[in-house]
Amino acid sequence: MIEIKHLKKTFGEREVLRDVNLTIPDGKVTTILGGSGTGKSTLIKCMMRLQNATSGQILVNGRDITKINDPIRLAVIRRHFGYLFQEGALFDSMTVGENVAFGLEYLTAIPKEDYPKIVKEKLAMVGLQPEVADLNPSELSGGMRKRVSLARVLAVSPKCILYDEPTTGLDPIMSDIISDLILEMKHKIGVTSVVITHDMRSAFKISDYIAFLYEGRIMLHGTPDEFRKTDNPYVRQFVDGSSHGPIQMKLRD
Amino acid sequence: MFTLVGKWTEHWMSQVGGATQMVQSVLYWLAHARFEFKQFVQQSVVIGVESFAVTAMTSLFTGMVLALQGGNTIGNIFGDPIYVGTLVTFSLIRELGPVLTAVVIAGRAGAAVTAHIGTMAVTEQLDALHTLGTNPTRYLVIPRMAAFLLTVPILTVFSNVFGVFGGYLVAVYALDVPGEVYMTDVTAFMGVSDFMHGFLKSFIFGFLVATVCCYKGISTRGGAEGVGKSTTGAVVTCIVMILVLDYFLTAILTAFKI
Ligand SMILES: Nc1ncnc2c1ncn2[C@@H]1O[C@H](COP(=O)(O)OP(=O)(O)O)[C@@H](O)[C@H]1O
Ligand SMILES: [Mg+2]
Repeated sequence: MIEIKHLKKTFGEREVLRDVNLTIPDGKVTTILGGSGTGKSTLIKCMMRLQNATSGQILVNGRDITKINDPIRLAVIRRHFGYLFQEGALFDSMTVGENVAFGLEYLTAIPKEDYPKIVKEKLAMVGLQPEVADLNPSELSGGMRKRVSLARVLAVSPKCILYDEPTTGLDPIMSDIISDLILEMKHKIGVTSVVITHDMRSAFKISDYIAFLYEGRIMLHGTPDEFRKTDNPYVRQFVDGSSHGPIQMKLRD
Repeated sequence: MFTLVGKWTEHWMSQVGGATQMVQSVLYWLAHARFEFKQFVQQSVVIGVESFAVTAMTSLFTGMVLALQGGNTIGNIFGDPIYVGTLVTFSLIRELGPVLTAVVIAGRAGAAVTAHIGTMAVTEQLDALHTLGTNPTRYLVIPRMAAFLLTVPILTVFSNVFGVFGGYLVAVYALDVPGEVYMTDVTAFMGVSDFMHGFLKSFIFGFLVATVCCYKGISTRGGAEGVGKSTTGAVVTCIVMILVLDYFLTAILTAFKI
């Protein structure tokens, strides 16, 4: 279980996360909704200590990870998590296959001979042909990069996967395949998932719980049903995808 | 004006602080994790290959111009271009070899390192290393640092050889110094300490270029524009620091009779 308590994150003067409180149960899918630039990526980066929270606590199985400073212990904490980056973050000096196998060397005891088999298997899971393994990341489309990146995360079988917009940039069918994959990971292996998404269809399909982040706080946290029925005008506007409502988007921030 | 100087000082202090932290992290991960030998070899080859031709060209012509200027000046004073080989060799081995080689490597391989790591920084690839069981220090910085420490002194030796050869060409074909005389002059007054002087310098310059270029890379922010800025920043910082440091190193090393 991951408990986030009074989490605050500022960049210079700018308060991105003001007071985030959220509990993420094990083996479930928790989705985080929120407009662009509200700090969703920042929130999950703090969970994996890719960013350091300004104040507050993040308890992973009861241990506060925000206070850990020893690099080795930090690396051990990070092992619990897998992180799917918003833009993929594929290593562009390596082939797709090398990318997918990258974490195996550092996070598993699997012998090198087995890497090609695992690469093939994980690429198949995200709907890619084995031949893709020999391509360079620069030869891939945006959606393919995202899927390769997901294969790279799946290869090291983390207990908790943080997905930063896994379906953005994918066609509707591929989006649904990824949604199914997230559910399959939950049912088969009991992976805990935290998913950032704008894709309401996917959110309602995969989520056990949804949290709505607005102005640095979790405005609503509940089941998909509660989100469907809520009369909170902010959440309604977001869920319905309407330009009219209390949320006034700044065109530039 | 006052605030400008203040800002500038603050900026420099933070850069030096950041670079120091990086070096500390290098020492930590050297002690706590396996050395990425494959990366080290790969980087050494890349740096060597990238910089060899351009260092060779630079030092060849430096040796040539040293012989030409030195030979003419000596000729005007003494009537004969004597000790041209000695002049060229001393200048190269103690000063110009290490300095020019380091400057050229900073501009070639150093810039490439900053651009590469900087691109990785702005596309979250450095974070990705953290998520996959390693980290930028261990996977990127340590192998590159080791590679610079190895290749800068080696390339300096090569460029000394090319420079002395360039001097030979000018001395023999333009100044009519007999080849044997030039070669005797080259070795005549050379001592072990002269080699040490040059070698220590090139080693320290290698460390400097590696530190500046890696640090500028990992601290890159702000997209493609940021990568451009940190790359030029890295090269300029390297060149200025090499020349400044060279003076102080010369002062210190000669005080120790090296
Ligand atoms: N490293 C950083 N330095 C300064 N500001 C940042 C940094 N990372 C994110 N921000 C700012 O924090 C805000 C939230 O960013 P982010 O978490 O990426 O939002 P989201 O993922 O919800 O779109 C943005 O306004 C962004 O400009
Ligand atoms: Mg984001």
